[in-house]
Amino acid sequence: MRFLLSRAAFYLFTAWAAITINFFLPRMMKGDPISAYLAKNQGQISPEAIASLRTLFGLDTERTLLEQYIDYWGLLFSGDLGRSFSKGLAPVTEVIASALPWTVGLVGIATVLSFFLGTAAGAIIGWRRGSRADLVVPFATFFSTVPYFWMGLIAIAFFSTALGWFPASHAYDKGTQPGFTWEFISQVIAHGFLPALTIVVSSLGGWILGMRNMMITVLDEDYVTVAQAKGLTTRRVLGAYAARNAVLPQLSSFALSLGFIVGGTLVMELVFSYPGVGKLLLDATTAKDYPLMQGLFLVITLTVLVANILADVAYAALDPRTRQVEA
Amino acid sequence: MTYPTTAANAVAETLPRRPRRGSPLSRLGASFAMFRNAKSITGLVILGFFVLLAVFGDLISPYGPLEKDFTALRQPPSAAHWLGTTHMGEDVLSQIIFGTRGVLIVGFAAGIIATLIAVVIGVTAGYISGWRSESLSALTNVFLVLPGLPLIIIVASQYENPSLLLVAGVLAITGWAWGGRVLRAQTMSLRNRDFVQAARANGEPLWRIITVEMLPNLTAVIASSFVGTVTAAVLGLTTLAFIGVIPITNLNWGTILFWAQQNGAFPDYWWWYIPAGLCIALLGMALALVNFGIDEYVNPRLRSAGERARALRKKGATISDSVTAVRAPKGDA
Repeated sequence: MRFLLSRAAFYLFTAWAAITINFFLPRMMKGDPISAYLAKNQGQISPEAIASLRTLFGLDTERTLLEQYIDYWGLLFSGDLGRSFSKGLAPVTEVIASALPWTVGLVGIATVLSFFLGTAAGAIIGWRRGSRADLVVPFATFFSTVPYFWMGLIAIAFFSTALGWFPASHAYDKGTQPGFTWEFISQVIAHGFLPALTIVVSSLGGWILGMRNMMITVLDEDYVTVAQAKGLTTRRVLGAYAARNAVLPQLSSFALSLGFIVGGTLVMELVFSYPGVGKLLLDATTAKDYPLMQGLFLVITLTVLVANILADVAYAALDPRTRQVEA
Repeated sequence: MTYPTTAANAVAETLPRRPRRGSPLSRLGASFAMFRNAKSITGLVILGFFVLLAVFGDLISPYGPLEKDFTALRQPPSAAHWLGTTHMGEDVLSQIIFGTRGVLIVGFAAGIIATLIAVVIGVTAGYISGWRSESLSALTNVFLVLPGLPLIIIVASQYENPSLLLVAGVLAITGWAWGGRVLRAQTMSLRNRDFVQAARANGEPLWRIITVEMLPNLTAVIASSFVGTVTAAVLGLTTLAFIGVIPITNLNWGTILFWAQQNGAFPDYWWWYIPAGLCIALLGMALALVNFGIDEYVNPRLRSAGERARALRKKGATISDSVTAVRAPKGDA
């Protein structure tokens, strides 16, 4: 219980910190792009939208910083993140909501797949230490240090341009109506295959190496020797005794690497022109669409936080010690 | 993208090295012991090669990086241009040699800044206790969770022409947290060891306890987190340059790939985009090798596992059934 409370406190604190950073970021910006934009588009924006933009970007200079901060929280609780300049003044929340499922779906599946594959492979390679399986290690290292965007571009050049096996960009063919039709779903799978494959290949190495090293450390423990001396099957010693403990640090790295994964997504979506959150952020940056940028950063951070909470729950379920001793 | 190494998990098991009595030179040598294995040396040699390229770039490179030769556009590798030319007739090899400098400067500057922050915050948080330690730890965790690349893109987009040092600074601020967390854990485990208690009982001042008694025992962790941050910064810089957030005047391997992509080099003009990517991967490989070396130094089990397994196999047993080898041979191992 105490563990849960302290974790909850930590996540609340982090969420607060992220939101506060988001509050101060535009106030540290040089220049005033918002006023310029508002002046240019006078009469096209509703007074309420102007009011919320002024609050979000700290243009209410007649109010104190504290009052601005309280106003800002009020806006967040009413779900108002301002209007996006580059998307025809659509509410930022709507723009983000249309992009989020693509990112979460594709990257979520690819990441979880890569984690399970890499951890399983790492457990087996660690178990067969000193054998030819160790040859996997240099390859895994190489693929985990290759820059992702470069690998993605080469994958496109090879698999879509040269061989024509997969479409090179976008989430589905132009002109297809999204819906639960077989045509649409098969297109989504065809378009998502190459991005997912490159994500898995580039992140697999890290999971293999981490798990292998932990397995080698754990396999030297006496309880593993005892389990073998009892005559348990290899399968049982490997799975229920050694890998079960070795996987714990993997889980916490999994939670920590979620932040990096969001960064990786960004590049993936750029390379494959995939209509997700990362592409949106890059477009917003090029278009100097500050409300959208700010809203995206907030949403990305909160998504990482939620994923961290899930990883924490999984850890607590697997490791009884975290539930007893203070974290 | 970096992945936490096992140094974090295993480091607590190593015994603290007692301060050696010897000449200052031999003590200095001892603190480099973690680099004295095949993996680290290989990594350092590759790294040294790139450092030489960066330092003597002007002397080595056959052409200027932006020197245009309009009679040789998009030429495949030849005797005159070893790695071919770009769409403007620039020599790709020269661009890569000159680009090394920007990559290494940003990588190492970010690594140094991040390591300094990590040491100051991590060691302090580990040494003190109570709410101050907890709040420093909470700060570290916040930075660990904040998504780095989106933050960098947003910050960098506020500047018209961010300098190399600014880029390194932002990369460092988003990259120090993992090292800080590992250092805090290791300092906490050192704090209550006998030799630190003894130093405290002797009345040694705080700065002496931290710098003379504790820091030598933290060198492996510090080195490993430094190498990790440099790797992340190199990948971060090239990614930012490729995305186009960093101005293109800032020549590095990422900008080469940016130009290659902008000018339709994929997939036909392979000499234009393959070398730069391979250089990034090679540099990352070198840094990873250094870190593996440190890992094996810190966690001897990693070092000896393969050797022992091979020795056992020579005797006709596999390590998996080494305990049961006295019984009748079994088939399931």
